[in-house]
Amino acid sequence: MDKRGYYGEFGGAFIPEILSATFDDLVAHFNGIKNDPLFWDSYVDLMSTYSCRATPLTYAENLTNHFGGAKIYIKREDLNHTGAHKANNVMGQGLLVKKMGKTRVIAETGAGQHGVATATMAAKFGFDCTIYMGEVDVKRQRPNVFWMEQMGATVIPVTDGTRILKDAINEAFRDWVTNMETTHYVLGTACGPHPFPEMVSYFQSIIGKEARKQILEREGKLPARVYACVGGGSNAMGIFSGFLPDAGVTCVGVEAAGRGLATGEHASRLCTDDASVGVAQGYKTFFLQDDDGQMKETHSIAAGLDYVGVSPILSQLHVEKKARFESATDEEVIAALKLTMQKEGIIPALESAHAFAGAFKEVGNLPPDQCIIINQSGRGDKDIFTVADAFDDPQWKAFIKEKAGDYRA
Amino acid sequence: MTIVLEAYIREKREKKDILLMTHIVLGYPSMEASMEIVAQMVAAGVDLMELQIPFSEPMADGPVILKANQKALEAGVRVADCFKFAKEATKRFEIPFLFMTYTNILFKYGMEAFAGDMARAGIKGAIVPDLPPEEGDAYLNAMAEQGCHPVYIFSPTTTDERMELLSGKGSGLMYCMARKGVTGKETTFSHDLDTYLDRCKKATDLPLAVGFGVKDKEDVAYLKGKADIAVIGSQTIRIVNEQGIDAVGPFIRNLQ
Repeated sequence: MDKRGYYGEFGGAFIPEILSATFDDLVAHFNGIKNDPLFWDSYVDLMSTYSCRATPLTYAENLTNHFGGAKIYIKREDLNHTGAHKANNVMGQGLLVKKMGKTRVIAETGAGQHGVATATMAAKFGFDCTIYMGEVDVKRQRPNVFWMEQMGATVIPVTDGTRILKDAINEAFRDWVTNMETTHYVLGTACGPHPFPEMVSYFQSIIGKEARKQILEREGKLPARVYACVGGGSNAMGIFSGFLPDAGVTCVGVEAAGRGLATGEHASRLCTDDASVGVAQGYKTFFLQDDDGQMKETHSIAAGLDYVGVSPILSQLHVEKKARFESATDEEVIAALKLTMQKEGIIPALESAHAFAGAFKEVGNLPPDQCIIINQSGRGDKDIFTVADAFDDPQWKAFIKEKAGDYRA
Repeated sequence: MTIVLEAYIREKREKKDILLMTHIVLGYPSMEASMEIVAQMVAAGVDLMELQIPFSEPMADGPVILKANQKALEAGVRVADCFKFAKEATKRFEIPFLFMTYTNILFKYGMEAFAGDMARAGIKGAIVPDLPPEEGDAYLNAMAEQGCHPVYIFSPTTTDERMELLSGKGSGLMYCMARKGVTGKETTFSHDLDTYLDRCKKATDLPLAVGFGVKDKEDVAYLKGKADIAVIGSQTIRIVNEQGIDAVGPFIRNLQ
């Protein structure tokens, strides 16, 4: 990769002139910590005392028996503080913000996990914090909005565009071009202009480093396959990075097929021909766009996967066939979530449940002497409203009605 | 060929203290209305115009222009319609027109095809705020091939060295952002701006156009002697929103 952050033809830094100096400064500081042999240790120390690192690698015995194929291991990123892998990136960038001497952080959020993680980091480090969140996502993820506000962040619902993740990113950039002297934009995924794809992947690589060591300790060999869901691609980059050099390990990214790939209502950029190469939000990658280059509406039951672009690093892995990309529909995801809860007592986030659904389609065909790892990027209790709707749970509905009655009184 | 726009600006400047450049979003509120707005602006004495090809992710634009982009796209405006519009406008009106849009519109169209069709439509140059020179090789080659001006932007955070780099890559004019932020917000015209514009002047021989927050007669008057062109962007769209298309002509006349 060259200094402008290209991965094959993907990546780059398509930034407005006003941010040029800000990015120079960011690249210099990021290179500083990368080359500082003490930084990584301080980062690991922070993550092991403030979050729950190393997160466990759980053997899912019941699921393994259920499918009768390879042994299923689950990397438990849901056990991070704030309940998702987002904490890794956010705390890393928080340390960087301290080095840069800035006092305010802003972030976009889709599912709300990145927003909650950023609000947490801001509270801990004493930064002012503003979170941009699409209006549609504010409605789907109210509990996360509640927690962000309780931790002192200002949550701004974005009412422009499609009112989801990409629109929140645009709005965060608009804030940044006004306030860059005091403010760092904590981009939540391995997308956007250089150095973000590299920097976010760098912090998330802690997942892959741990998982590789853990599986070798447990099984004495590497997994046949590693599964991760892919929205922007940060949890996938995190776990894949631990296994990419190993020829025997297939990295499988699972995208959101939404209501079905054929319906067009999905967010699958790499496993379909629906996306094409374009330049938006500061970087070049595969986007779901029309012939003119206008971005299309996307759909996923999981707010965190509902994104038009994808990490330029993953686009390059896709083109080079170094990773394989599949998809799972909303329906398959709900079924995978239900099965995982009932067999293992583990509640994956709807985003993560895509990785489970992708793995469940294949694991029965692998021999029992092999093993696989599923990255559980986050926990699902944040999704209680969406999941309860999907399960059409009558008792839940009755409870909400009663609660609403209490508020009215 | 590269001298065309500059020569026009120099010549006009001999007769006027400051020139006016305006900005519209093509297809907002409709293609017909856009053409009518251009006609009114030209009749009122506008010297140059930026025609924005709408894009779904206009990252550098503030709420007014952002909404105009969205509305134009919702109404079904295609890039081909914008080229058709450009061809007609350049035929009907004498003033130079520039395209303003975002990288992806050019990238999907193909840099060479875009520059070629631009030249054939009589458009003099382009402003592409998310295409810095570091990423601009294909664009710069295509524009040079067609004799179109790539217009670059100076911002208050641009260093002197970088200003020289941008000046070397750009042609036609330099667009100077009067302040940080996105389009359409308030700007304080003050001593800081003067110092910055002095820096701009030292860094380039190209004519200076100043935009971002320029909205009334006072602002335009302030820029006299400090810049060659005052750029009115969001404010004319606001006028259309609030008072209708017919208010555009009187508004422009009142600026000078």
